[in-house]
Amino acid sequence: MTDISAVDHRAGGAPVAPAGLVSEAGVGDYLALLKPRVMSLVVFTALVGLVIAPGHTHPVIAFTALLCIAIGAGAAGALNMWYDADIDAMMTRTAARPIPRGRITPGEAAGFGLTLAVFAVAVLGLLVSWLAAVMLAFTIFFYVVIYTIWLKRRTPQNIVIGGAAGAFPPMIGWAAVTGGISLEPVLLFLIIFLWTPPHFWALSLTRADDYARARVPMLPVVAGPGETRRQILLYSLVLAPVAAAPWFLGYAGAVYGVTAIVAGALMVAFAWGVNVEQDGERATRAAKRLFSYSILYLFALFAVLLIEGGIGTAGG
Amino acid sequence: MADKPERVVLTEQQKRSRRARSIALALALGALVILFYIVTLVKGPGVLNRPL
Repeated sequence: MTDISAVDHRAGGAPVAPAGLVSEAGVGDYLALLKPRVMSLVVFTALVGLVIAPGHTHPVIAFTALLCIAIGAGAAGALNMWYDADIDAMMTRTAARPIPRGRITPGEAAGFGLTLAVFAVAVLGLLVSWLAAVMLAFTIFFYVVIYTIWLKRRTPQNIVIGGAAGAFPPMIGWAAVTGGISLEPVLLFLIIFLWTPPHFWALSLTRADDYARARVPMLPVVAGPGETRRQILLYSLVLAPVAAAPWFLGYAGAVYGVTAIVAGALMVAFAWGVNVEQDGERATRAAKRLFSYSILYLFALFAVLLIEGGIGTAGG
Repeated sequence: MADKPERVVLTEQQKRSRRARSIALALALGALVILFYIVTLVKGPGVLNRPL
């Protein structure tokens, strides 16, 4: 609502709403609230869950499921930006987001996020599967309430537990096709869940000052870079064999097995490199290398699963 | 005589942004209608039968 009493009264003319009272936000600002890069990863992993799930689903229904999952993830992103607007403004990485820049008010972001969340869950339930819809609702709740509001500012385990929110999409994709859950999607959940800490801690090693300024207790801020490097290596050592599990449990083919073993060994090697290089520019480079490689690693795992699943589907 | 109610005059930028938002909203709602229509055709009479 515009506060009429606060408008500018220019000499001889009609009152003009100063910037901030009437929104100048464009469509692009609202799209930025949806965290499109995070959304693309969510859509990709959910697509893998959809494709490798047994049974057939109509392409229109599959598209609807992906659309709802994408919008639901975007809604969670908007609600995250609403709550985190104060700390986003203090951090270099997030200062250009629409709310800190003054393009969108926190209230507008909250309304936008809640509306999208309700629509995404309702449409997924009505048109695809109520189990998938309940899981999407839980994912949004987990990301916004458990991670953003509760854990993020309280514990260095924030992204360990909060990482579950990013790991749910393949399970939702699977549930959208089968109407149930089994071990295969749980393995995909575990892969993303265990991948999240080394991925984000590698980033936070290079952004520790940012997090400290915003008083976000990321592991490098609370426990120091040394402990963070040790934890990165430990998680990578657990992640690599878990990522190969779909192959040795018979859920994925040989190509996936080889990819998981080779790429997993490289992930551990990069994590080892982060532990070896502890100081100066070389340490920063090692952390950035691990961060970049971790994205490629997860993408490679899921891309091979997608291709193998696609071939399996095409072959009947 | 009652005074005319005081109104805010939007700047050109505010008008352009509002128009862009309105168009985006209309397109999104139109897409939702089309989506429901197509899914209803795809599912046929069983549109309300889905796994829980």
